[in-house]
Amino acid sequence: MRMHKYLISALALGLAIGAASPAAAQKKYDPGASDTEIKIGNINPYSGPASAYGTIGKTIAAYFNKVNAEGGINGRKINFISYDDGYSPPKAVEQARKLVESDEVLFIFQSLGTPSNTAIQKYMNAKQVPQLFVATGATKWGDPKNFPWTMGWQPSYQSESQIYAQYILKNHPNGKIGILYQNDDYGKDYVKGLKDGLGDKAKAMIISEQPYEVADPTIDSQIINLKASGADIFFDVTTPKFAAQAIKKSAEIGWKPVHILNQVSSSVGSVLKPAGFENAKGVLSTGYLKDATDAQWKDDAGLKNFFAFMDKYYPDGDRTNGLVGYGYSVAQTMVQVLKQCGDNLTRENVMKQAASLKNVQQDLFLPGIAINTSPADFHPLKQNQMMKFNGERWEYFGPIMTGATSS
Amino acid sequence: MELFLHQVLAGIATGGIYACMALAIVMIYQAIDHLNFAQGEMAMFSTFIAWQLIQWEVPYWAAFFLTLAISFAGGYLIERIILKPIQNAPILAHVALFIALFAIINSLAGFIWEYQIKTFPTPFGTHALLSGGLISAHDAGMIGVTVIMLIFLYLFFRYTRIGLAMRAAAANPESARLVGIRVGWMLALGWGMAASIGAVAGMLIAPVVFLEPNMMASILLYGFAGAVVGGLTSPGGAVVGGVLVGVIENLAGTFIPVVGHELKLSIALALIVFVLTVKPSGLFGRSVVHRV
Amino acid sequence: MTAMKTRSLSTDLLAFAGALAISLAPYWRWLMFCLVLLIAIPLPFLVKNFFIFQLTLALVYAIAILGLNLLTGFNGQFSLGHSAFYAIGAYTAAILMDQYDVAYYWTLPIAGIVCFVAGFLFGLPALRLEGLYLALATFALAIAMPQILKLSPIEHWTGGVQGIVIIKPNAPFGLPLNPDQWLYFFTLAVTLVLFLCAYNLVGSRTGRAMKAIRDNSIAATAMGVNLSLYKSLTFGVSALYTGIAGALGGIVVQFVAPDSFTFGLSVALFVGLVVGGVGSIAGALFGAWFVLFVPNIAEQVSKGLAGAVYGIMLILLIYLMPSGFAGLFRLVLMRFAQAARR
Repeated sequence: MRMHKYLISALALGLAIGAASPAAAQKKYDPGASDTEIKIGNINPYSGPASAYGTIGKTIAAYFNKVNAEGGINGRKINFISYDDGYSPPKAVEQARKLVESDEVLFIFQSLGTPSNTAIQKYMNAKQVPQLFVATGATKWGDPKNFPWTMGWQPSYQSESQIYAQYILKNHPNGKIGILYQNDDYGKDYVKGLKDGLGDKAKAMIISEQPYEVADPTIDSQIINLKASGADIFFDVTTPKFAAQAIKKSAEIGWKPVHILNQVSSSVGSVLKPAGFENAKGVLSTGYLKDATDAQWKDDAGLKNFFAFMDKYYPDGDRTNGLVGYGYSVAQTMVQVLKQCGDNLTRENVMKQAASLKNVQQDLFLPGIAINTSPADFHPLKQNQMMKFNGERWEYFGPIMTGATSS
Repeated sequence: MELFLHQVLAGIATGGIYACMALAIVMIYQAIDHLNFAQGEMAMFSTFIAWQLIQWEVPYWAAFFLTLAISFAGGYLIERIILKPIQNAPILAHVALFIALFAIINSLAGFIWEYQIKTFPTPFGTHALLSGGLISAHDAGMIGVTVIMLIFLYLFFRYTRIGLAMRAAAANPESARLVGIRVGWMLALGWGMAASIGAVAGMLIAPVVFLEPNMMASILLYGFAGAVVGGLTSPGGAVVGGVLVGVIENLAGTFIPVVGHELKLSIALALIVFVLTVKPSGLFGRSVVHRV
Repeated sequence: MTAMKTRSLSTDLLAFAGALAISLAPYWRWLMFCLVLLIAIPLPFLVKNFFIFQLTLALVYAIAILGLNLLTGFNGQFSLGHSAFYAIGAYTAAILMDQYDVAYYWTLPIAGIVCFVAGFLFGLPALRLEGLYLALATFALAIAMPQILKLSPIEHWTGGVQGIVIIKPNAPFGLPLNPDQWLYFFTLAVTLVLFLCAYNLVGSRTGRAMKAIRDNSIAATAMGVNLSLYKSLTFGVSALYTGIAGALGGIVVQFVAPDSFTFGLSVALFVGLVVGGVGSIAGALFGAWFVLFVPNIAEQVSKGLAGAVYGIMLILLIYLMPSGFAGLFRLVLMRFAQAARR
């Protein structure tokens, strides 16, 4: 009898305690998260034709080392698992499945390349694992209705070329446009954006479109064709190596059009320097990050943080390589999202927090540029500012513009 | 008409690159009777070595010849150390080994020097020589050096004893041994020479396409095509073949409507296959007759 | 007298094992087959889904490598272009499933037939090419294929650079298997059927003709073998195998895009062929394992130098087994037989 009473009072006590502390132990975890760590998966091309982009993976890894050294996020260390897919879609699928099913990461972050991301998109959404801040500007990544678990990060290619279209219509309404583009998703996305932005005038203004393959050793033939077509505006949609070749060859054959270069290849160190600063004078592009070589940011706090990070955690990295600044910024955004998650580290909450970023500014963003997302808006960065290369560095001009996107 | 001429000239300039590579390919073929898939990577690695020397303030021509010597030694060592153990293995195993070498050299270069493009200086200057910049001084210089190497190789194989010994060793190793030729040394020598020629090709190509670990992959392909269309037994044919590939590719890309741009490489290769079906040993090659 | 004294339990056991092995040796092929089945069938229920996916891919590559083996190993025609046939098979399956709602199992025979025709047609002009020149021609085909797949006029069907996404089929008849497991068994069945067919082909008159052409084509012609017919037929059959593999591969990965079928795939198939053993049917399985798993192992060893590690492992393998796994196996058997005879 006494035992029975004892049990009942113990039970009542337990219930009372339970009811009195509703908000206390609200830690919620999905696979990959625990009290001590957060497992983040990543797929990057460390080998193969796109291996130059492997720098992004290395920068992010270094940044997460810094975060861990400074105590982690809400006391948890980041375990960054990055696999190589060699820019091959079947390999990307294999690595994504490995990360989700074998390593059991919380989510996949900054997977690189449109073909690789396309390959894993359906799988990630079916498994309900976030495919967050993908490293490609293809416009289709901001589609919350059909793919609620996928989100891009950088300003989409189409929004960027729409800005160029606006610029052309305003400053060169009667110009003749020649386009050099890489014959894949990325190149075609840019071209579509330009055509959409020019609207009815597209057909009349674009007089030559020259594609090239990544496997082509040079693009000299295409440049000659463009010059011969009589174009006086050159829309240059090329990756760094070919961009440098395009700038150099145009100068060599004496072709001086209005040269609009896509942002992907706007790095001073990786493109303009090899091409020759004299040849690159006057080239136009857009940007949203501060250039590390630009003296005007000498005393800028954000850039100082960046340099401090580079000195301590990634001394081998090249600060003039645009990819490094990119990797740093996107890693910062990721840390912001995770901080906002607090102790609720479920996949659903990660997506929720990623879709509730309001006016987030990172160290390297230009003043006035910020990240904004919402449940209906999965394009974190939409703004760009036009810039002109003056022979030494990029000079920003004009207002901060927002390009429209079609998806 | 003007565009046609321009594309032909540009094609000759690019073709010069392919011709250079084709020469290195033919060289290795003459020495070892098969194709080395790692040839391009070896050339790329040599070019990186030259670049590093130049970074360390070594003057251009000193770096150039030093690189040739290092490449020669490298090629020689690769043959003696890596290839000797399997010299009796079936030919397909050799090819797989070349593929392995490709992977190793490419990965090593990327690890040491990273993937960002680098400029490589040219001794010829970049000013325009012809037709408003279509052929620059460097392009002309490249073709010139290729022709010089070609003449040197021709004289070497035809008129020197060592050249003769190498050809004998490649054609019939057993008989060559019987007459006292040290076949092993000849093979290694062949590799060394091919590596050096590859290094020259790399150092001439890098100023145009920019130096990075993946720069040679597609050029090797075009060089291979050029060498085969010209005939693997004829160094002169290889050079002509390389230039031809460059010209055809440009013309196909420019003048074939709709699909021309997108199929440049495929059309060039299709034409090569066509040439081969008509003349199976290449335009200038000698047909090899097998004894039954 | 000394011999009597050295008899002990261990030597007796060894002698017994040897005798057992010798008596079973003629049936070793059946034994291996049963062993493989014994392992393969319960496997999907013991491992994670991801590993099943990898195993299924390994089987797919095994079929593709077998196709290449029929052409290069048994017929002596050197091909570097099999990624093209793999691509044709994959796209055939993808287009049929995506645009015409054909069930996935029908896509395999159709892909096979399409690739057979493609292979046969390619084999005809290739008849005039020998050795390295044939290698170049096939090389050209492999390089051209991604470009052809991206062509704008046919983008409507191929999806251009964006590729085509395929939905994975579910297990039929409501079997208690998840899609990964079902696909594994389906692929396993197809693999076994194709391997058995290959065995039969190679052992038949046609197979002997193929091998005769490889060993000495002039002598074969002299003995009445129709060179053109057999060479083109072999090309066709080889393409058929690789095409079916491609179709299966596309279904397993659920995505086809031009970038999936570059020359690198041809190189991988070739490496698999050499590692498995040229002229060995079972060797294709080993080759597939190597090609699928060794790059992953290499990556774990060193992220920055993964390619170098892979290359070194390949070189070591070739040193130890110049005739591939199958060659090593045969060597071991031979040694065993020699020792037993003494």
